[in-house]
Amino acid sequence: MTAQHKTDTRDWVAHIERIRDQEDRRAFAELFAHFAPRIKGFLIRSGTDMALAEECTQDVMATLWQKSHLFDPTRASVATWIFTIARNRKIDLLRKQRRPEPEDLPWGPEAEPDQEEALGLQQECARLGRAIAELPEKQRELIERAYFGDLSHSEIAEETGLPLGTIKSRIRLALDRLRHAMK
Amino acid sequence: MTAAMTKITHHLTDALLMAYSAGTLPEAFNLTIATHLSLCDECRARLGAFDSVGGALLEGCDTVAMADDSLEATLARITGATPAAAPRRKRVEGLPAPLADYIGGSLDAVKWRPVGMGVKQAILRTSRDATARLLYIPAGAAVPDHGHRGTELTLVLRGAFRDETDRFGPGDIEVADESLHHTPVADIGADCICLAATDAPLRFRGLIPRIAQPFLRI
Repeated sequence: MTAQHKTDTRDWVAHIERIRDQEDRRAFAELFAHFAPRIKGFLIRSGTDMALAEECTQDVMATLWQKSHLFDPTRASVATWIFTIARNRKIDLLRKQRRPEPEDLPWGPEAEPDQEEALGLQQECARLGRAIAELPEKQRELIERAYFGDLSHSEIAEETGLPLGTIKSRIRLALDRLRHAMK
Repeated sequence: MTAAMTKITHHLTDALLMAYSAGTLPEAFNLTIATHLSLCDECRARLGAFDSVGGALLEGCDTVAMADDSLEATLARITGATPAAAPRRKRVEGLPAPLADYIGGSLDAVKWRPVGMGVKQAILRTSRDATARLLYIPAGAAVPDHGHRGTELTLVLRGAFRDETDRFGPGDIEVADESLHHTPVADIGADCICLAATDAPLRFRGLIPRIAQPFLRI
């Protein structure tokens, strides 16, 4: 992550909706141009080799197209949703393990997501991204290492008290909103 | 699954939620955590925040250029593919979906093996870096006094147990590390069934269980 981390202001939610509703290839190409090199970078930071990272990234982007109707903008930002797809694919491919996921929550039948709620959540996630970018170098590095998988479980247990305590208040707003969305 | 549950008072730690979100835990831990998350809205909401941290890191990650024909190759994969349906899980009454996936039926279908003192267990198939097991503790019975070299997660599915630290009821999860030497005892009122994950063999204090250990895979 660079110090002058910029949060992209493009409306990626609308891109996903265009893919879902119109199979819009231009929207997909724009999402691809933005996210694919980041997914690949993320996977390589996590210890994946070049060829597998390329393969895995294509997989993740194809999954995004196929599952676009399952994306709920009141529960996750587009980046968060893509992160969870990439994480699961990585566990699949690299560690050849199943990834047990929590039981689906009983949602109302095809409820159209509340626009304001969705916008609010996307903004909170952007704010969270800025908050993480503004963390002191050492603390940010610790969080990155935890997510890239080069911090052992016990190291996390020992060390995360510090950065988590610091970002906790910043996460809280996003957390409240997420909690609200899960009710 | 949340209906008719007593209030959960023992939750996952931030460190475990973060590691689950990052995807760096062994399968047995993921299974136990996913099962708790299915019962606990509070931890699920906290997980949402940790996933958002992952999303923010992805957004801010240094980019690595894709291959020249990458977009075309991806579009070729998509063409003709039908939208993926939401995976339909077989519902098992009274059992959280992630655990039902591993048991392949209800708790009645579990093949229990005795481990002594009336306690029974069933080991679930996961990757070898950690072990997930179901524990059946008859009402009033105790699991032999043991310590842990690594981390042990114990999630109560039915009944309740008590140890040196507190009482744990349905949905509660106990996170034990090396410092905890405990003797869980099931409540007298009902048999207790737990899902437990360990990343290192348990350490029993008594001689007999220690000898039996390699055979029983405790």
